[in-house]
Amino acid sequence: MNMFEQARSADSVSGPPSKGDYFFDRAFQWLAKAFAWAILAVVAALLLEVGSKAIPAIKDYHIGFLTSTTWDANKDQFGILPEIWGTLYSSFLALIIAGFFGVMMAIFLTQDFLPPRLAAIFRIIVELLAAIPSVVYGLWGIFVVIPAIRPLANWLNETFGMIPFFSTSLSGPGMLPAALVLAIMVLPTIAAVSQDALRLVPYRIKEAAYGLGATRWEAILRVMLPTASTGIFGALVLGFGRALGETMALAMLVGNSNQISLSLFSPANTLAALLALNFPEAGETEVKVLMYAALVLMLITLAVNVAGTAIMTMTNKQAGGGR
Amino acid sequence: MSAVLANALNPMGSPAAGVVIDCRLDKIFYGDFLAVRDSHVPIQKGQITGFIGPSGCGKSTVLRSLNRMNDLVRGFRFDGHVHFHGQDVYGANVDPVVVRRYIGMVFQQPNPFAMSIYDNVAFGLKLNRFKGDMDERVEKALRKAAIWDEVKDKLKNSGLSLSGGQQQRLCIARAIATEPSVVLMDEPCSALDPIATRKIEELMLELKTKYTIALVTHNMQQATRVADKTAFFSVDISKGGRTGYLVELGDTRQIFEDPREELTKQYISGEFS
Ligand SMILES: Nc1ncnc2c1ncn2[C@@H]1O[C@H](COP(=O)(O)OP(=O)(O)O)[C@@H](O)[C@H]1O
Ligand SMILES: [Mg+2]
Repeated sequence: MNMFEQARSADSVSGPPSKGDYFFDRAFQWLAKAFAWAILAVVAALLLEVGSKAIPAIKDYHIGFLTSTTWDANKDQFGILPEIWGTLYSSFLALIIAGFFGVMMAIFLTQDFLPPRLAAIFRIIVELLAAIPSVVYGLWGIFVVIPAIRPLANWLNETFGMIPFFSTSLSGPGMLPAALVLAIMVLPTIAAVSQDALRLVPYRIKEAAYGLGATRWEAILRVMLPTASTGIFGALVLGFGRALGETMALAMLVGNSNQISLSLFSPANTLAALLALNFPEAGETEVKVLMYAALVLMLITLAVNVAGTAIMTMTNKQAGGGR
Repeated sequence: MSAVLANALNPMGSPAAGVVIDCRLDKIFYGDFLAVRDSHVPIQKGQITGFIGPSGCGKSTVLRSLNRMNDLVRGFRFDGHVHFHGQDVYGANVDPVVVRRYIGMVFQQPNPFAMSIYDNVAFGLKLNRFKGDMDERVEKALRKAAIWDEVKDKLKNSGLSLSGGQQQRLCIARAIATEPSVVLMDEPCSALDPIATRKIEELMLELKTKYTIALVTHNMQQATRVADKTAFFSVDISKGGRTGYLVELGDTRQIFEDPREELTKQYISGEFS
């Protein structure tokens, strides 16, 4: 049965894998495939479920739902443009803040600024930020962040009121406190994934940079970051995706007001907050409409991730296909 | 501090005429581990100094001490001194970054950056804020590294898209683009096939007319083919550790034809490796 049996010398231990080895090999392959498909199936089922429940509302409100700005359950008028704007704007602001600090943190923790043990401790602390419940962030935002930034916000409004970003005063919940807290919430994701990306840069690339006489910052900015850029970009996409869907803290902090404003201090609303706050008391029509809104949120998140992945694949190809 | 090394371009004041790097490494440690002892290797100007010896004997360690690459390693320290044109490379006011701009390095594994071929070569020029004709310098470096003809039509392609041998020549071009006065090469051919190896050896012979080269090699034939001076290192396991040390240093021909030390004789005749 083993056709190489005759090739075997007296002391040789060479032989084919046993039946059991083959069994485990197959079983493992099968299991891995099954899980991969299961994940796809769950996503598809979710989309289908939400999509089918949203169909009546899609029929009634068409695409105008996305461009209308009123939400009035009594008059059966629904539109989510302010929420789409608020979702994208808050996530974008959070991405800028968390992107900057997250990548800086990743640099700080991976490029030998700290003794290894201290770096490990810092890493754990940053990761702990991800373990804090969303509602705690919301409370912290209300009781700490808003009072803390209010004086500065109002000073900016009074002094630079003609700049659109500062065109209103901050009375309480609003875009900036929401974006700040959101930034802290997605920071661990961005920092952790960026750290992985930087750590994946081969040591010899770092040596090459220093060997040419680069200073530490030249090596980091001109070599380490560009080499890790695909991974860091992935970290930003992931962080942006998380920010888009964040619900509780935003529902508490964003102000839940249907308006579209560039002002950092004006109250606003996001899709996730809209869903969380309106579902409990929604009537029959409103539930369908909310399903439509949920579908839109899912599609935005999906689009961001697909676009991100596409860009990463493209830049990877340009870079000569990996390292 | 840059003035200190700018002085380096002026060979006045060096102890022995012709010695570019005077290194006396009495002890090199990685943490508590004594990696190298008693190695005194003067690097002669305009020559190729080959480092040979069994693996783990500290050839790379010595080489990397010359341009302070070992500063990147946590726990590295040494007793002794390294003088470059008479200036202390490890002096209190000397920035290792400056040292590495005058003493370039080519590594064992080709390590081009994930950027275009052109940008790879221009990298060092930009670091040094070179203001002249960048294209001309890049072309010159690529020509000298004997790779110009192969890449001249695809300078915008990624350096990573080249073959291993081409990548290594690209790395050499990158190292010599700024015209450092010394180039350290740590087994630059170990990842290459014999044809690419030959090309790089020819290149080294060509380069030594202008630069001083210190070459670590695994391959004794390579040392006989290109090195003017050869330093033979070995490992001392007598005191429990594994400490490398310089056994013998001399003209390549003398080392291979008439070694003074028994150990050298055994090594070059292949009695152990
Ligand atoms: N970064 C390092 N940290 C700790 N030990 C090292 C390091 N680099 C080299 N060594 C040790 O130093 C000794 C000499 O290594 P190396 O200089 O690489 O030898 P060679 O280049 O001759 O093969 C070896 O025992 C090696 O394990
Ligand atoms: Mg070595």
